[in-house]
Order: sequence, then C-alpha cells, then structure tokens
Amino acid sequence: MTKEQRLKKRYRAEKRFKMYGLISVSLAVIFVLILVQNIFSKGSSAFSRTMIEVEVNYDSSLLELDSPINQNSLKDADFYDLAVESLLKIYPAKDSKEERQILRLFSPDYEFEIKDFLIKNPNKIDQVVPVKITASDDIDQLNKGNFPRDLPEDRRRVSNYQLNIYDNLVEKEKINKKFNNYLFTKGDSRDPELAGIGGSLMGSFFTIIICLVLSFPIAIMASIYLEEFAPKNKITDFIEININNLAAVPSIVYGLLGLGILLSVMEFPRSTPLVAGITLSLMTLPRIIIPCRASLKAVPPSIREAALSVGASKFQTVFHHVVPLAMPGTLSGTIIGLAQALGETAPLILIGMVAFVVDIPSSPVDPSASLPVQVYLWSEQAERGFVEKTSATIMMLLGFLIVMNFIAVYLRQKFEKKWN
Amino acid sequence: MELNNSKIKIKAKNLNVFYGKKQALFNINLDINQKEVTALIGPSGCGKSTFIRCINRMNDVIDICKVEGSVEIDGAEINEKNVDVVTLREKVGMVFQKPNPFPKSIYDNIAYGPIIHGAAENKDQMDNIVETSLKKAALWDEVKDRLNEPGTSLSGGQQQRLCIARALSVNPEVILMDEPCSALDPIATAKIEELIDDLKKSYTIVIVTHSMAQAVRVSQKTGFFHLGKIIEVDSTEKIFKNPANKMTQDYITGRFG
Repeated sequence: MTKEQRLKKRYRAEKRFKMYGLISVSLAVIFVLILVQNIFSKGSSAFSRTMIEVEVNYDSSLLELDSPINQNSLKDADFYDLAVESLLKIYPAKDSKEERQILRLFSPDYEFEIKDFLIKNPNKIDQVVPVKITASDDIDQLNKGNFPRDLPEDRRRVSNYQLNIYDNLVEKEKINKKFNNYLFTKGDSRDPELAGIGGSLMGSFFTIIICLVLSFPIAIMASIYLEEFAPKNKITDFIEININNLAAVPSIVYGLLGLGILLSVMEFPRSTPLVAGITLSLMTLPRIIIPCRASLKAVPPSIREAALSVGASKFQTVFHHVVPLAMPGTLSGTIIGLAQALGETAPLILIGMVAFVVDIPSSPVDPSASLPVQVYLWSEQAERGFVEKTSATIMMLLGFLIVMNFIAVYLRQKFEKKWN
Repeated sequence: MELNNSKIKIKAKNLNVFYGKKQALFNINLDINQKEVTALIGPSGCGKSTFIRCINRMNDVIDICKVEGSVEIDGAEINEKNVDVVTLREKVGMVFQKPNPFPKSIYDNIAYGPIIHGAAENKDQMDNIVETSLKKAALWDEVKDRLNEPGTSLSGGQQQRLCIARALSVNPEVILMDEPCSALDPIATAKIEELIDDLKKSYTIVIVTHSMAQAVRVSQKTGFFHLGKIIEVDSTEKIFKNPANKMTQDYITGRFG
C-alpha cells in the first residue's frame, strides 16, 4: 500500500466513524421524540374536563331542612332529590331506564357538586341557577373526540339516546371544557373523571423527603470516611466491592427486603411513604456513595498537601477543603440518585403501595400511592379516561425528573464557577 | 563561607524510607544549617523530594510509606509517635512544585493557617498577618488592591509567591521548597530566587532543585543525591567548583542525569 492509499484509508475510517456516531445520535433523538409525542398526544387531553351546564332549581322544600338555612345546615342536608330533579329536566325521558341514562351522563359526584355550589353561594337558595357539573367519563371522552361515533350501538358505551341528548346539549352550548383541577387535587377513584394524582403526588413527595433525609447524610459520611479516613486494606476493599455490587442489585430485591424486614419483622404500617422512603433509601445509598466518592477522589491531592503543610489536621483538611470542593459532584450525584428513586416502581409494589387509596395522605404514615405506581395502576384500567390520565401522570413524573436533573446541572455549574 | 560556625537546625541520622517493599532512601545523614539555604540536587527519582517530605512528615499521608531512622529539629526527634504533626508543620512550612493555592480569595489563602492555629484574636491582627506575610513574599504591592479575588486568578509566579506567603503566615522556622520554580518562567523564577535570598535572613530553607544554576545562585550548601543515597554534601562553592566525588562531577557537568 502506498502512502497515499494509507492516508485515504485513514480519512475513510474517520468519516465512517463520524457517520456511525451521527446515526446513533439521530436514532436516539427520534426514539425520544416518538416517546414524548406519544405521551403528549395521549395525555394532553387529561388536563381538561368536560362540564355540562344544568339549570338547578335550589328548591328549599326538597332539602327537608329542619333548622334555619345557614352553611352548617346546608352541609348536613341531602341534595340527592333536588339534584336528580334538576338533572332530569335537561331532556325528556319516557321511562326510568331513560332517566338512568340521563343521570349516567354526569359523574357520580353530581350531588356533591350541586351541594358545594350552594354552600359557596348560599344566597342562591330558592332560585334557578345554571351550574356546571362534571360530565361522566363517556361524555368526556366523546366530547374530546376519543370515542368513535359510527360504531353500531351495542358496541358503544354511549347509547343512541345519550348521543341525542349530547348533540342537543352541544347545540344549546351547554357543554364546555375547563381546566381539570381534579387531576391535581383529587386522589384515586374508580371513576376516571374524578381520579387525580393529588394522593400520589403527596405520597411521592413524602417518600422522596424520607429517602433524602435518610440516605444523604449516611451516604456523605460513608463516602467521606471510606475515601479520606479508612485505611486501605482488605476489609475496605471488600466494602467497596460490595457497595458497587449493591448499586447494581435489581430494585425489586430491595422491595423484598422492605417486605421481609420492615413490614413483617418490624411491623411498620403497610403501603405508607415511611416504609417506601426507608426501602428506597436502602436502594439509593450505594447509588449516592459511588458518585460522592468519585467527586472526593477528583479533588486534586495538591489541595490536601497545601492544607496539611500549613498545619491543618486531617479532619480540617477534609472538611475545610476537600468536602467543599467535592460538593458540586456530591450534590448532583444525590439528586440523580433521588430522581432514580422517584421513578422506582417495583420495590413499592412489594411493600403494598399498589393499594387503592382514595384519600390524600397527610403524613408519611398514612397509606398512599406514589406517581410511578399510579401509572402502573391506571395503565391496567380499561376505561379510556384512565389512558389519558396514565399519560398525564407520566408527563408529571418526567417533568419532575427533568426539573431534578436541571437542578443537579445548575448546582454543579454554580459551585464550580465559584471555585475557579 | 565558614560551615563550622553555623548552628545546625536539622539533623537527619541513618534515615531510611520505604515505599512498600521498595527502598527510596538509604542511610541518609545530613545536617542542615540554620538561616541558610541548603540545595538538594540529583537526577529525577533520586529521593530528594522524599527526603524533604520527611522533615515535616508529609510522608505520613502516603499509606505505604514507612520512615525509619531519626530526624532532629533543634535537637528534638520528630519521628516519634507522640510528636504532634500539626505543631511540627506549623514550625516547618512547605512550598510545592506546582503552585497550589486554595480555590479561595487571596486573603483567605493567607488567613487559613493563622485561623486554624488561632494566631489572630481579631480582624485587625489578621489583616496585619496577611499584609506582613504578603510583604515578606514580595507580593503585597501586586495584590493589595484585590485581596478578595480568587488566588487561582493570579499568574503562575504570583501563585507560587502566594504559596510562599501562605507558608510564612504561620511563622515557621524552616521552609521546605520542592522544586518551587519548575513550573515557572525565567522572570518569575528570578523573583522567587531573589525572595529566597531575602528569606534566608530569618528562615532555614531547604530547596530541591533540578537547576544547577539555581543551586549555585541561591544556596550556601548543596547535597547531591543519587539513587536514594547521598553522595556528597558540602558548601555549594566546593561542590560546583571542586567536587570530591566523580559522580557529582559528572552530574554537575551534565554528563548524566
């Protein structure tokens, strides 16, 4: 081979390598775009809710109030009769079967929505007021265009009669959409239009806080000790190998540990953020220790020598100079470890966080769901309303992860700037 | 130069140093005179740096390093278990090959040593210490208006003088310099050498250097190391003009090393 041929070959190899790189990067970008597009197209409709405007006659005689009308007496009153009477007026029904179909246009909470409106506006008593009531999942999905209308009636969830009412209401402009605040304020529900991630948000929040409080100080102390103070011998080598191995242990194994020790032996309350936080912090510990040790190791030895040479003790050298310099790496390692914990599902399923919990937890010892488990739970449901909610929850989860990663990058850059 | 009239500050006796199984220093016997510059020369890896790191026990930091034998400062043994290394290093300062200021302000770089030793009672005293240390290191005029800027923003030569000022800030008696000019340009080197010349009035200085010319310029006494052994120690004048040993002769004339 001549010199020229070798040169050409070298250029070709370089070009080829660049092309491979370009192909892999574009493939990765395409997959991410497909994922994001898929989630957004399915999930964006979950942020709005279909409302049906109904003329409600707040007839005080139907409320059977014994005491004078005030907010307390209204809270105890039974609004069922009043609500049903007003709702049935939106369209003529010839028998009780059709009446049931009319009521099924609304979410099962219509009684409480009508009641809440009066409690907020007590002066509307004995008046006829237009009130917006949440539509049932079927009407919601129909209105969002997610239900094909051209199927034969027996294969549709919405009957011809209900379709007529819907079209009639649309014509009268009684159907409208509003921002779905239920998605954030409500807990889980069997009815998709009433289900929200409020409970799982709080559950995830408590879980991550407990995980942070437990794993961060332990991980920092362990890494500082191992990196700076521990003698280098067979025992510390053994510990190091084990930490690396623990970081690679499948997360479900930690779930089994939580189930076996925390729930069975120590009898901690089941399905709670407390247990979830402890279990996840066990999982997160090695994942924080490894980047912490790496960032401690990355502090140049010349800094240690400088401190030692002016007479700083080992402890002073470490805590005045090495640890502050390692802080950016330590913090971003911690946040990324926590982000992993936030998205972890398998161990939480084992410690019973898959339970159907309607109430929003107010403390870490209340039964609760968490965001990733909520995704898992809803993805198993058949109703179309849960499909969009699943995607919306994934969007929220991804949002949190992105925010956490940005914080990690920001902290790293901010602190590094300060030192240079 | 009369060697015999000088008081001996540091006395190394039968010093052996091992890195794991490898022996780095063999039976070193060396006297270092007070308020004088002693230069240590020799080819790379001959143990000069290892030797000066024995004087402030910086070798303690290296796990596999084992020191045997005796080093006395003012007649007091430093290699004993009950010697406090913090007090020792307060007395024996060190300047390293590569300037290594803390990633903090110029002021904090100097103030760090006095703070950990509790040398200043108030801000005024601390300001005073910072100023005198910087003046002794001939850096004050260049940095007095920007004491709050990071030490790492200075030029290489200034950084090295900052490190010298930092070493001076805790009032040491001995200053060890491990090739302090190897990372500097000739102008910065000249400044440091001038400074060393000035500092020897008040401090005992041990300097490791690769530059024969530098040893001649700054030192009064020179020790030649080779393969972990000390080959020849004498006044700098004698070593460079009329060395007793053939190997020293070869080294200083550039025939090996």
